[in-house]
Amino acid sequence: MSIKAVNLTHIYGEGTAFEQYALRDVNFEIEDGQFIGLIGHTGSGKSTLIQHLNGLLKATSGELYYNGENIYAPGYDMKALRSKVGLVFQYPEHQLFEVDVFSDVCFGPKNQGLKKEEVEERARKALELVGLDESFYAQSPFELSGGQKRRVAIAGVLAMDPEVLILDEPTAGLDPKGRDEILGQLERLHRDRGMTIILVSHSMEDIARYADRLIVMNHGEKVFDDTPRNVFRSYKELESMGLAAPQVTYIVQALRREGIPIDDSLITVEEARDAILSMVGLKTGRTEKKQNA
Amino acid sequence: MGIIKAVNLIFDYIKRDEDEQIEGVDRAIDGLSLDIQEGSFVAILGHNGSGKSTFAKQVNGILAPTEGTVLISGMDTRDEGHIWDIRKTAGMVFQNPDNQIIGNIVEEDVGFGPENLGVPTEEIWKRVDESLEAVGMTAYRLKSPNKLSGGQKQRVAIAGVMAMRPKCIILDEPTAMLDPNGRKEVIRTVHELNRREKITVLLITHYMEEVVDADRVIVMDDGKLVMDGTPREIFSRVRELKQYRLDVPQVTELAYELAEAGLPVSRGILTMDELLSQLVPYMKEHRICR
Amino acid sequence: MLREITLGQYYPVDSVIHRMDPRTKLLGTLLFIISLFCADNIWGYGAAALFLAAVIKLSRVPFKFMVRGLKAVLVLLLISVSFNLFLTSGQVIFQIGFLKITLEGVRTAAFMALRLIFLVLGSSVMTLTTTPNELTDGLEKGLGFLNRVGVPVHEVAMMMSIALRFIPILIEEADKIMKAQMARGADFESGNLVQRAKSMVPLLVPLFISAFRRATDLAMAMEARCYRGGEGRTKMKPLRYQKRDRVSQVVLVLYLAVMIGTRFVS
Repeated sequence: MSIKAVNLTHIYGEGTAFEQYALRDVNFEIEDGQFIGLIGHTGSGKSTLIQHLNGLLKATSGELYYNGENIYAPGYDMKALRSKVGLVFQYPEHQLFEVDVFSDVCFGPKNQGLKKEEVEERARKALELVGLDESFYAQSPFELSGGQKRRVAIAGVLAMDPEVLILDEPTAGLDPKGRDEILGQLERLHRDRGMTIILVSHSMEDIARYADRLIVMNHGEKVFDDTPRNVFRSYKELESMGLAAPQVTYIVQALRREGIPIDDSLITVEEARDAILSMVGLKTGRTEKKQNA
Repeated sequence: MGIIKAVNLIFDYIKRDEDEQIEGVDRAIDGLSLDIQEGSFVAILGHNGSGKSTFAKQVNGILAPTEGTVLISGMDTRDEGHIWDIRKTAGMVFQNPDNQIIGNIVEEDVGFGPENLGVPTEEIWKRVDESLEAVGMTAYRLKSPNKLSGGQKQRVAIAGVMAMRPKCIILDEPTAMLDPNGRKEVIRTVHELNRREKITVLLITHYMEEVVDADRVIVMDDGKLVMDGTPREIFSRVRELKQYRLDVPQVTELAYELAEAGLPVSRGILTMDELLSQLVPYMKEHRICR
Repeated sequence: MLREITLGQYYPVDSVIHRMDPRTKLLGTLLFIISLFCADNIWGYGAAALFLAAVIKLSRVPFKFMVRGLKAVLVLLLISVSFNLFLTSGQVIFQIGFLKITLEGVRTAAFMALRLIFLVLGSSVMTLTTTPNELTDGLEKGLGFLNRVGVPVHEVAMMMSIALRFIPILIEEADKIMKAQMARGADFESGNLVQRAKSMVPLLVPLFISAFRRATDLAMAMEARCYRGGEGRTKMKPLRYQKRDRVSQVVLVLYLAVMIGTRFVS
């Protein structure tokens, strides 16, 4: 079970003077249960890419397989694909439209043609997953706080019971607490329900903390596809693309330049702290594992 | 007395039902007193709903105090007769780059403020030229705002305020909707204005890395001022900041954690070089050879 | 899909017509339209064609750009031509069943078609050589006299200019919301008329909410920049008539006189 892209290419304005490659020969395979970070500066093609994965955009050339089936084959059920690959756009709260939270979350499953009881069951579950209890059901989505609105919008996609969840900068504009709440919920969805998550983000710190694989896009091409640790080792190449590694990477690299042989794959504050302390003979008693939110 | 002075400021958002009856009162600012010196770069931090944006609107006279006073260059914001002078003195840049650009061409948008102030045509051109130069957007003066990146749009918005020749600029989360490069671009521009043009800057944000170079950092929570000091002082209180739902840059957090564990590293570390200059000698000396 | 709509079809080259004051161009368009209604014989249409050809030549806009505007009115053109062709009574020159074509019918249809084509071309010259901003400015200043009878000319012009700025933004936003709802299984393309209208709700509600939010933000931003209506405002780019405008105005009046004159040529 996977998403597989083969030579995926997308050209805007093909045949005109404004012809521009948004994607050029992108290849990858995403297996079930991965937590993938997708980064690239504005205009690198990452937004175009995720819209291909649920069939909203069609590739100019190349193929895309979902669970082994070619989604561009004649007669392929795009609507079914969209409910299996859930896509949460940037500022998803801008898509809310119903009079109350509960009805809004019901919109997706209702479009799937499910029975009323099933629709409501799905909505209840989805709202629970994003941490909104029954007291929110009857409220107008427009009177909630920014972070709550966003969670309702994410629930609206989760209610379609997707196997893969793609989120385009789900934390944009939120404060640190709101950001940690959303990312924590994604982490739980991934851990407890084995959901495949693709997280588009500008924050290397967030990627370092949550993702186990990192894809970097630049000028429509895939330039890196590896664990975050390995990708961040190439911080110089990242900088040449207008990106950067987490601050910790820079600290570690600077220490190594000073002749201190610290492991260069450390990417979170906790890892760096523990490594430094153990090098000077102090132990913290805490584990070196990634800290979970 | 400073350019911005708030005394026991209280502001309530009043919710009314259909019959104009008061349904609920939401206290956004709760007894805030503050004095900001002319020419300084002050950052106000706080999570969403801490009252920081409401305060910004008080300074510009968009909202009037429920109780207490706000004085801008000695002018009371509740004094209707001074409202335009106050807005001219304390210009405001908002969060959403799209929703504050009025003109269809960059230079015309920058000219919008001076036009409203009744500045003569030649003087408008002079101010527009200077303002665009100050934010580094001269090359884009004839472009449509829709063709610019988020960071560029915010720089145009800043130029629009500069053209009114303010003494002070208030920026209400100007980088919240931008990508990292756009964010840096805007913060760099604001620092340059502060340094070169001696403009007082009041930067409201929740990104901690943007306030490292400020002269003074104020933290708001629940409508109150809860922390006030230099970045170094504020950043040395990591636990407290986290309690106010704020974050510190990774370098500051690492330094804090190491200091907590007993390493001789100071707590209010702001830059990587600072951390390295303290950490490297210590590690070279105390490293356990494996 | 929605993004392909382009607004204002300004063609950026430098020409006498481009540099003309928008008020002159507005007046010119108005006089040209009036002149078309003066024409009632071959001489009149000939003079109008000559005048139009000269203006197009001066504007340096390629003719094919002008013709593009005609596509939009093609259907209207065909309908009005066929109505005139078949429904004018007079000397029959051709007949299939009940459909009769008369000499007078051919004549009126031909003139009608010419009038419509000239009308579209004439106004295209204006929109192709004038930026939307200049146009609003021209309207504001040119219709300034209406202020005295209580028409808020400045406010209307300001609204037009803000609309010009926000329409592309809202179109892009509509595109995004549409995609977001499609990702939630919404279907905008199939079903009957009622179903389709209903399916627009998830698009229109968020779009309106967004438009209102933008309006509130913008109003605040305008106030923060000391906007308080048209009174006491100065202009960064004030409109001033140049020599070329005065020359053009004289030419326009002469042209109109010629057009009226053609009515008396048999």
